Amino acid sequence: MLKTLAAAVLVATAAFAGPAMAEYPERPVNYIIAFNPGGESDVAARLQQPYWEKITGKPLVIQYQAGAGGAQAWSKLNSMEGDGYTIMGTNLPHTILQPLEKDVGYETDDLVHVNFFHYTPDAIFVPADSQFKTLQDLIDYAKKNPGMVTFSGSGSNSSNHLAQQRFDELAGVKTTYIPFSGTGPAMTAVLGKQVTAGFNYSTSAVNAGDKVRMLAVSSDERMSNFSDTPTFKELGFDLVGGAYRGIGVPKSTPEDIRKAISDIVTKINQDPKFIKQMEDAGFVLTDIPYSEMKAFMDERKAFYTDIAKKMGIAKR
Amino acid sequence: MEVLGYLIDALTPLNLLLAVGGVVLGTVIGALPGLSATMAVAVLVPFTFAMNPASALIVLGAIYTGAIYGGSYAAILVNTPGTPSSIATTFDGYPMAKRGDGTLAVTLATVSSVIGGIVGALFLLLLAPPLANFALAFGPPEYFWLAVFGLTLISALSVGNLLKGLIGACFGLLLAMVGVAVVGGDIRFTMDSQILLGGINVVSALIGLYCIPVLIDLVATPDPHLKVEQELGGYRLKEALSIAWRGKVNAIRSSVLGTLIGILPGAGGSIASLVAYSEARRSSAHPERFGTGEPNGIIATESSNNATVGGGFIPTLVLGIPGTPPDAIILGALLVQGIKIGPSLFTEQGSIVYTFMFGLLIATVLMFPVGLLLGRYAYKSIITIPKAMLVPVVAFMTVIGSFAIHNNLDDVLVMFVLGVIGWVLNRLGFQPSPIVLGLVLGQIAEQGFVQSYLIGNAQGNVLGMFFGRPLSLVIVALAVLTLFYPLIAKRWGVKKPSSVTATAEARNAD
Repeated sequence: MLKTLAAAVLVATAAFAGPAMAEYPERPVNYIIAFNPGGESDVAARLQQPYWEKITGKPLVIQYQAGAGGAQAWSKLNSMEGDGYTIMGTNLPHTILQPLEKDVGYETDDLVHVNFFHYTPDAIFVPADSQFKTLQDLIDYAKKNPGMVTFSGSGSNSSNHLAQQRFDELAGVKTTYIPFSGTGPAMTAVLGKQVTAGFNYSTSAVNAGDKVRMLAVSSDERMSNFSDTPTFKELGFDLVGGAYRGIGVPKSTPEDIRKAISDIVTKINQDPKFIKQMEDAGFVLTDIPYSEMKAFMDERKAFYTDIAKKMGIAKR
Repeated sequence: MEVLGYLIDALTPLNLLLAVGGVVLGTVIGALPGLSATMAVAVLVPFTFAMNPASALIVLGAIYTGAIYGGSYAAILVNTPGTPSSIATTFDGYPMAKRGDGTLAVTLATVSSVIGGIVGALFLLLLAPPLANFALAFGPPEYFWLAVFGLTLISALSVGNLLKGLIGACFGLLLAMVGVAVVGGDIRFTMDSQILLGGINVVSALIGLYCIPVLIDLVATPDPHLKVEQELGGYRLKEALSIAWRGKVNAIRSSVLGTLIGILPGAGGSIASLVAYSEARRSSAHPERFGTGEPNGIIATESSNNATVGGGFIPTLVLGIPGTPPDAIILGALLVQGIKIGPSLFTEQGSIVYTFMFGLLIATVLMFPVGLLLGRYAYKSIITIPKAMLVPVVAFMTVIGSFAIHNNLDDVLVMFVLGVIGWVLNRLGFQPSPIVLGLVLGQIAEQGFVQSYLIGNAQGNVLGMFFGRPLSLVIVALAVLTLFYPLIAKRWGVKKPSSVTATAEARNAD
C-alpha cells in the first residue's frame, strides 16, 4: 500500500515538476486560509483539497487564521517556515489596498504569491421583480437621479466598492455605496429591497437563484452558467476582474518549491471535474503561474493604487 | 404523505447514529468554556464531505444544537458561558447551583433546550418558506432599533445597579468600536498595535470577563465551589418537569422568540436568549426573583437559544443566507458538496431538505436522554473535582479556547487583559453582562445606523428611514416599553404592586 502510494507520488510529481523537485511534497502541507470558514476562500480551498491529494498523494490540511480582513494571517506569513509545507491563501485587492491604507504589519511587496487560480467577478444584482431590466435602465435612472441609486456591497474598500467607484466613473453617474459586513448581508439587502441594487460577487447568484437578476458581470467572457448575463466589457465598460484568490508562501521558500506549488495549482485548475465544480459555484478560473506573477502584480498594483488614490483610501 | 417517507429516511440506523454522535460531541464541545458552537461545526465539517448530503446535514445540525445546549453546563456550574448563547443562563443558573440546586438547574436546562429545539425545528419543517421573508423585511434601520432594544435590556438586567450597568454597557460599546470599521473602513482605538486591528473578539471577551474573575475568586476564597446537596442521587426530573409545566407559557414564548431572532442574519443565540430572558422577567409575577436563581430564567434562555438553531436554518436553506455563524460554515460545506442552496432547493432537492429537517428533530429529541446523562456526569465531576484541580483545568481551557478562535495568541492576550479588567470591575460592583451586551450589540447598532443614514441620505429622507417604517416603529415601541415598564406599571396600578414598587425604588435609589 505504502509502496504504491509512494510510487504514485513519484510519478505524479515527476510528471510536471521535473527531476529536481521529484520529492515535493513528502508530507502533508498546511494550507492556511486568512478568513473564516464558509466564505469564498474556504469553499475554493475545499474544492482544491481532493485534487491536491490526488496529484501529490499527500494530504492538504486546511486551517483558518481569520482576523482584520486577512491581515492578521498575512502579516505572519513571512515568519513561518519556508519549506513548502506552509502555504497561505492570498487575496487581491486586499493585499494591495490594506498596506496602502495603514500599517497592517506587512507590505504588498513582502508577500510572495506563487499562483492566482481564480477570481470572483463583481456583478450588479437587482431583485427579480425590479423595474430595471437591463444595465442601461439602471444607468438612465441614475443619470436622472444623481446619488439616489444605492448599491449594497461587501465591506468598505473591497473589490465591490472599487468596482462601484469605477462603474460611476465609466458610466458617468453618481451612485451611493452601502457597505455591509459580508456577502450574505449585502445580498439580503438586495432581496429585501433595502437598496436599489447590489454590487456583489457572481458567486452570490448561485445561492439566490431566480430571486435576483444579474444585470452585468465583470468577467472577461460570459460565464458558462449565467450565459444570459452580459459582461461589462461587451456593454462598453472597461471593468474586468474582481476578487482574485491565490497562494502565497513565506519569503524563505526556495525558488524550486515555489514553482512546484504553482505547477500543482495549475494542474488542479486543468482538471475538468474541478473546472465544472468551480464554475457551478460561480467562480471564474484564471491561471497566473509563478513565472508571470511579477507582471501581473505590477499591473494590478498600478490599477488598484490609481483607484485607491481617487477614493482617498491611500493614506500612507 | 410523501413527506412522511422522508421521516423514514431520517430514521435509518446510520442517520440515528450520526444524530446521537453529533449531539454527544456537540454537547461536550459546547460545555467547554471557549469552544463555541461555531468552532464545533467548523472542526467537524471536513469529516462530512465523505457522507451523503442529508446525513452530513444531520450530523452538523446535531453538533450545532448539542453545542448550544452544552453551553449551559459551564454557565450553570462554573458561572462561565460555554458558548455566547448561554450568557444569560449564568444569571439564574449559577445562583441555583450555588445554593445546591445544580442538578435541578441542569435538568431544567435540558428540558427547556429540548422544547426550544423542537419548536425551532417544527417551524423550520412547516413554515420555512414564508418565514424566510421575515429575514428580508429586516433592513438596516430594524437592526439598529433591535440593537437599541437589546441595550434597553440593561435597565432590566441591572436593577439596583442601573448606573453601573449603563457604565458597563458604554465600556462594552467602546470595545465594540476597536479595530477596522466594517462600514467606512476607518481604524479606531487600536493604539497603533496590530493586535487590536481585528477588533475585540466576542468569544475572547466572554472568556476573559467571565472566566478569569471566577478563577481568581476560586483561588482567593476557601469555600467549596458549589454547595453539595444532601442526597446525591436522582436527576430531579419530576421536579424539573413540573416547573417546566408551570412555565409552559414562558417556554413557548421564548421558543417562538428564539426562532424569530434566529431567522435574522446577524442576530443569533446570544441576543435571542437575552430578549427572551427580559420578556420572561417582564411578564413574571415575581420579577424580583430573576437573577437570584429563578428557574423561569433558565427556561427562557435555554429554550430560546436552542430555538435559534431551527430558526437560523430557515434563511440558510430558503434564501442561501446564513442565519447564524455556524450556518455560514454549513452553507459553505453544502456548496463544496455541489448542492445549490436557495429557493430551488425545496422543489428540486426536497428529499435532502426534509430528511435533514426530520433528522434535526430526531437529534433534538435524542438530546433529552443524552443531555440528562451527560449533565449528570458534568455535575458530578464539577463537585467532586477538588478546587486545586478545577482551577488549573478551567485556566487551561481559557487559554485553549481563546487561542482556538483564530489560532492566534493575540486573542489570548486580549482575553487575559480583559479578564483582569473584569475582575477589578467586579470588585467595584460592575457585572460582566452589560459589558458583553454592549460589545455584542455595539457593532450591530453602529452598522445599522450608518447604513440607514447612508441610504436615507441618498434618498433625501433620513428621518423617514429611522421613524417611517412600521416594523421599526414596533421595535421602538417595545424598547420604550421595556425601558419605562416599571413607571408605566406603577401609573396604571397593575396587579403586582409589591414587586413593581420594589423595582422602581431600587432604580430611584441609584
